[in-house]
Amino acid sequence: MHPMIRTSRRRRRSDGAARRVFQLAALFTFVITVLIIGTLAVDAWGFLSKLADTPDGLGSLTAIGWFPRRGLYDIGTLVVGTLIVTGIAMLVAVPLGLGAAIFLSEYARPRLRRYVKPLLEILAGIPSVVLGYFAIAVINPDIVVNLFSNASKAFTLMAAGIGVGILTIPIIASVAEDALRAVPHALREASSGLGAKRSQTTFRVIIPGAISGIVAALILGMSRAIGETMVVAIAAGAVGGGLFQLTPLQPGQTMTGAMAALGFGSDQVAGDNLAFESLYFVGLLLFVMTFLLNYLSDRLVTRFREVY
Amino acid sequence: MALSSPASIGGGTSRAMTAGLTGKSFDVKSKMVEAALVLTLAASMLILLVLIVDLLATSWPLWTDRPGDFLTGSLNSANAQSAGVWQGIKGTLMLCLVVMVVAFPLGVACAVYLEEYSSGSRFAKWTRINVRNLAGVPSIVYGLLGLAIFVNAIGGFTGGRTVFAGGLTLAALVLPIVVITTSEALRAVPRPIREGAFGVGATQWEVVKDHVLPAAAPGILTGTVLSLARAAGEAAPILLVGAATGLLRTGNQSFVEQLTGPFTAMPVVIFSYARQPDDAFREATAAASVVLLALVLLMNALAIWLRNRYDRKW
Amino acid sequence: MTESGKPMNIVNENVVGSDSGLQTIASSERTEVDTDTPPFVFETIDLNVYYGDFRAVRDVNLTVAKNEITALIGPSGCGKSTVLRCFDRMNDLIETARVDGRVLYHGLDLYGPDVDAVEVRRRVGMVFQKPNPFPKSIFDNIAYGPRISGMAKKKADLAVIVERSLRKAALWDEVKDRLSSSALGMSGGQQQRLCIARAIAVDPDVLLMDEPCSSLDPIATTRIEELMKEIKDEYTIVIVTHNMQQAARVSDRTAFFSVEVNEQSDARTGILVEADATEKIFSTPADDRTERYVTGRFG
Repeated sequence: MHPMIRTSRRRRRSDGAARRVFQLAALFTFVITVLIIGTLAVDAWGFLSKLADTPDGLGSLTAIGWFPRRGLYDIGTLVVGTLIVTGIAMLVAVPLGLGAAIFLSEYARPRLRRYVKPLLEILAGIPSVVLGYFAIAVINPDIVVNLFSNASKAFTLMAAGIGVGILTIPIIASVAEDALRAVPHALREASSGLGAKRSQTTFRVIIPGAISGIVAALILGMSRAIGETMVVAIAAGAVGGGLFQLTPLQPGQTMTGAMAALGFGSDQVAGDNLAFESLYFVGLLLFVMTFLLNYLSDRLVTRFREVY
Repeated sequence: MALSSPASIGGGTSRAMTAGLTGKSFDVKSKMVEAALVLTLAASMLILLVLIVDLLATSWPLWTDRPGDFLTGSLNSANAQSAGVWQGIKGTLMLCLVVMVVAFPLGVACAVYLEEYSSGSRFAKWTRINVRNLAGVPSIVYGLLGLAIFVNAIGGFTGGRTVFAGGLTLAALVLPIVVITTSEALRAVPRPIREGAFGVGATQWEVVKDHVLPAAAPGILTGTVLSLARAAGEAAPILLVGAATGLLRTGNQSFVEQLTGPFTAMPVVIFSYARQPDDAFREATAAASVVLLALVLLMNALAIWLRNRYDRKW
Repeated sequence: MTESGKPMNIVNENVVGSDSGLQTIASSERTEVDTDTPPFVFETIDLNVYYGDFRAVRDVNLTVAKNEITALIGPSGCGKSTVLRCFDRMNDLIETARVDGRVLYHGLDLYGPDVDAVEVRRRVGMVFQKPNPFPKSIFDNIAYGPRISGMAKKKADLAVIVERSLRKAALWDEVKDRLSSSALGMSGGQQQRLCIARAIAVDPDVLLMDEPCSSLDPIATTRIEELMKEIKDEYTIVIVTHNMQQAARVSDRTAFFSVEVNEQSDARTGILVEADATEKIFSTPADDRTERYVTGRFG
């Protein structure tokens, strides 16, 4: 046999092997997805079917509050708490994040951008536990209690919401800035060429042109805010459970907060308890909500890319 | 009059044609818009500043009082005076090691397959969608995955509530980030490099190994360091997996024992100290936050340095 | 400002009417006397444009006469677009660009200390190389300029302006039934005529066109050229083109730019070689370099 052919065969073999290894790695990402969905679905179903067998049945899903150790699983308490925290977070993050994005993309000189962008990246890199500490050490006593005299002194949904909002600012700023900068420069020239001021170009051409990307940024930010755990676990209070309530100035229970209380470290409820399994039910709900929001955001970004 | 005006040379100025071009009136509205935008950015910067100053100021007494003792001390949620972070630092570094060993090869391999082997295929399209969705899953849900799979289902292999199980959980969490950043780095490698190598008879694997991966290495490395920083800052998943928050007495075991024994990590230490009602823990929380923040920012700085150092313009 | 205005008008009319209406300043009879009707819409005096340290064009002295089509031609990198973009201060949008010398607009220095670039651009409209309609409806594209400048606010007034502009751009009949559909759905040629309509909707004095046909097919190009001839009675037009035949077909005056390469630094700088009546440039140019270029023996 000709030596050339032998080497060639060896090379072809290693080429094929490499290809299979890479393909397996790609397949593995689906394994993770299947495991996540499978785990959540099976254990959530287990929780629901066991709950149906209890004296109160599935009726415990609508009760006076979320008290898993007492068999009261009012899911509405958690969802409303999450919505309050997310709403406050968006009130903080939308104006600050969008304003920063618009300024960096349309107004800032390149020099300033070079210095400010890394600072936003630092803000994005702050671990959420640190923000949780900041929420109880600074935000609640110095801001929330000062603004609202009737606010709870130690823990409030408001402080947690502001903390989550701070974590959301860089996400919104970065995705929205990408969207604004993706608007072709030709449109800026066209608008300036017609005698538009910078603010007119920005608000009448660039922002409308980037609107689906901006909305995608807001939805993504909202999804992150809903899933944020540590700030809520530290600053929202209501460790064991909480009554259904609507005021952001009191401690409250959210979906992630409840999961933290049920599942963290030495506080973990014993494994075969029904309360512990409710963790997976809440987890599934959280997964579905964030999945839908992420999907929507992804679609908007894709549509945005098709336009330009 | 015309001669005194610097603008009129040539044939002189036509008043009728140029009226209104000069004498910019001070545009209040535009200035206000710009000021408002500057303020939003300044507010974000101010928050960052206040956060860092508060952490440093609050932890200052501890740093002047017992810095060495704090850095080498053990997790202790009962006594603020003897609380330390040594196990947290060690735990975080070990978690990062596991993440690095597991997520880096898997993520890079997945990205290579997507970009180099089947970039246009339906399988690649679905994989990309899947990876993007995984990147958006809340971190606490990864904790549930870790608890159900890495702690319980394969507990015999991982040893249950161990650094190993925690590391696997975080590896799953950052895998999509590694895939996405590696894909970007691979896409930035210009086509002629590949064509040149194919043109001299290289196989796909040789093109990837000898040309594409070396060319994309700085970008891949940057993405990996950033994902490690993310893993180092995560608390929720490893808390669900069972990182210790109370008292932990470890320190002198061998590496394998470390890997398969009870563990904690910096974010967990902060969480544990932050929840203590005792004011004395305020200092310890802030000090632990400073340590974690320094660690994470150091990684970020390393990533930025790598990006700038090896940033190639094709 | 016009004690001596009356007699000077006669002089100026002579200048405008003569063959030297468009020429380099060095050879023109410059009047230092004030008047209500200056001879040129634009007049550049020792114009230099820099991008950072790089000098893009050097010492350009050029005039543009009213209600004529002036073509700027020359090889790539000769700075013709750069000069064009000085006429509406579009170079301001480029961070590193710096302009030296003077650009007079009806005698007023556009780069003078007190000039409002935004107002300049309202009077000097621009049509770009690639059609760049806003991702809005056809109607909103045309109405954009009148809206932002406060010319018209009411829908009915805007509708009048939109129809008039589209008619002038010879686009009305094609789009009158779909004014509210997206401009991005139009063909390339239609989009470019839309951009012309959008530019004339704010009632400018001048239209600058930066290679307006370079991305269009021959039929669409012919339509744009016809359009330019139709509207030149109302507007002064300056067009940059790569296409010599186009310059010969549509323009009254032609300015030929060339590139000067510095042997040492390899820096390429644009210069104005000559400017004259189009007929003359394409038959008996004064400069060898122009002749070589228009006869196809250049670069």
